[in-house]
Amino acid sequence: FQKCDLHRLEEGPPVTTVLTREDGLKYYRMMQTVRRMELKADQLYKQKIIRGFCHLCDGQEACCVGLEAGINPTDHLITAYRAHGFTFTRGLSVREILAELTGRRGGCAKGKGGSMHMYAKNFYGGNGIVGAQVPLGAGIALACKYNGKDEVCLTLYGDGAANQGQIFEAYNMAALWKLPCIFICENNRYGMGTSVERAAASTDYYKRGDFIPGLRVDGMDILCVREATKFAAAYCRSGKGPILMELQTYRYHGHSMSDPGVSYRTREEIQEVRSKSDPIMLLKDRMVNSNLASVEELKEIDVEVRKEIEDAAQFATADPEPPLEELGHHIYSSDPPFEVRGANQWIKFKSVS
Amino acid sequence: QVTVREAINQGMDEELERDEKVFLLGEEVAQYDGAYKVSRGLWKKYGDKRIIDTPISEMGFAGIAVGAAMAGLRPICEFMTFNFSMQAIDQVINSAAKTYYMSGGLQSVPIVFRGPNGASAGVAAQHSQCFAAWYGHCPGLKVVSPWNSEDAKGLIKSAIRDNNPVVVLENELMYGVPFEFSSEAQSKDFLIPIGKAKIERQGTHITLVSHSRPVGHCLEAAMVLSKEGIECEVINMRTIRPMDIETIEASVMKTNHLITVEGGWPQFGVGAEICARIMEGPAFNFLDAPAVRVTGADVPMPYAKILEDNSVPQVKDIIFAIKKTLNI
Repeated sequence: FQKCDLHRLEEGPPVTTVLTREDGLKYYRMMQTVRRMELKADQLYKQKIIRGFCHLCDGQEACCVGLEAGINPTDHLITAYRAHGFTFTRGLSVREILAELTGRRGGCAKGKGGSMHMYAKNFYGGNGIVGAQVPLGAGIALACKYNGKDEVCLTLYGDGAANQGQIFEAYNMAALWKLPCIFICENNRYGMGTSVERAAASTDYYKRGDFIPGLRVDGMDILCVREATKFAAAYCRSGKGPILMELQTYRYHGHSMSDPGVSYRTREEIQEVRSKSDPIMLLKDRMVNSNLASVEELKEIDVEVRKEIEDAAQFATADPEPPLEELGHHIYSSDPPFEVRGANQWIKFKSVS
Repeated sequence: QVTVREAINQGMDEELERDEKVFLLGEEVAQYDGAYKVSRGLWKKYGDKRIIDTPISEMGFAGIAVGAAMAGLRPICEFMTFNFSMQAIDQVINSAAKTYYMSGGLQSVPIVFRGPNGASAGVAAQHSQCFAAWYGHCPGLKVVSPWNSEDAKGLIKSAIRDNNPVVVLENELMYGVPFEFSSEAQSKDFLIPIGKAKIERQGTHITLVSHSRPVGHCLEAAMVLSKEGIECEVINMRTIRPMDIETIEASVMKTNHLITVEGGWPQFGVGAEICARIMEGPAFNFLDAPAVRVTGADVPMPYAKILEDNSVPQVKDIIFAIKKTLNI
């Protein structure tokens, strides 16, 4: 597959790899699940069953699935708000994710967080403030180094966030203290409606860590992402400090559900990416052409995935909302219960940790 | 006798020793021994891994501290003064305070943010703001404000052991002030509970509620007025959030008069909150006069001494307010 552009690196990840049938089927199923889950969320949003913010990642499946394939479950990952795919690849079920989007008690955050605030083991969200997750990720990496267990932290941000000052503060400290942090810029060419050329004086995001070595990766090719991630993780684990990966990818949807996504880019562009670079199509073609799987087999997976998503959506629509009595819960951790004030002084909610 | 500075140092030292997940980061905390020498000797004792000098990057290092807390460590994040915390306030509020709630109880953030808060002496407007009201406003945070050495030691230890984000508002002018340490306070397990106020002085005629350095001014005022036969009850809040309104209410129900004293600006401040809550509770019917607030002046802190002196609550201002309230 494609060779990665390198910054301050003598050599990069390998350009070939071995894909086992087992892995191929796993990646295919995972990517298809993320794709179908996002499309279902689109549907539910248009039916007004999901409200508020909903940032979908269809088109970017090779990123979340590829990154996960390159690390261990004991490694750590943090991203911003386009997080449903990562929430899944980090271990949560489609059911819990959709039920959180619909704001029900079966949601992974009990309906308290919504689209942008989902958490799992070694997955720190789901963060709403653009760029804030990057110092957090460097901090998680600090904990990895502090604990001495050879774990790394994948710290993701978008091309829009890449211009945030706090990211450069995080670069500086991560490099100074040699934190095992893989900074990953998921470049989908647009921060909301502002294209990269209109936002950044330098769009070589993989070079913007300056003193931090970087590589630019084809984010539509899952194997390229996997190998680059393995390479980056090995670099960090060896104690050399942080590294930066730019994943070049694309989102089919607009920035969020309130953005049709065509006022700042052309339908032709979207169509072109879909027909030439769709990550699921690329993997499927690879597998069929190398006789790792038949078209029918993959179609069967499609059917199974569709059913899984349908079931999850049913649950997410039917599950009741969280009980009003829980409005005050989870203010503090590990504390005895206390009272929380409601809309007036006579309305009180019990707060339990 | 132990100064407030030594008390905080002791508290941090004991907690660093007790739990190896505890560490301190901030500007100049290590090799400089702390900008105000509060962390003196800690780097020598614990080394680079546990006492970390950061570059001047508040938003960055506060975020790093919060991330480390999310991953299970117990950071103490020092802001050289809380004025600089404004650079990082998004990390304190959005990344730390709200996370346990947003995650439905999955992700806790056991972090301490500490540093000097409020007016110092001659440091002018950008270095003198009190953040008690701003941080006290936010659910998910705990906010404490020690006055004397025992407060300082007991509260920093409780803050470090607390599994929630705690903001510890110290006071630079108090760092060098010595106080008697009870034998209890000398113990390595001496803790002061967060959320409980202390009655520093019993009285019958009027309740004075305060936090941080002004507690000392209240006690001075009480001493002066005692000679005139007026006995003031002085309450040291110790915690801004969650506020111990019950102690204040019980006192007001006894004395029938209330004055709040704080260093911060008057509008939307700690005193304003106390007055609102008193009105909502049983103590309102026991008030013989409206509750009164003594605060910093409603201006950015000026530099010239005469102006600065008159921009912070002085003992004479407290005495004046007491006499007005008691109609003397």
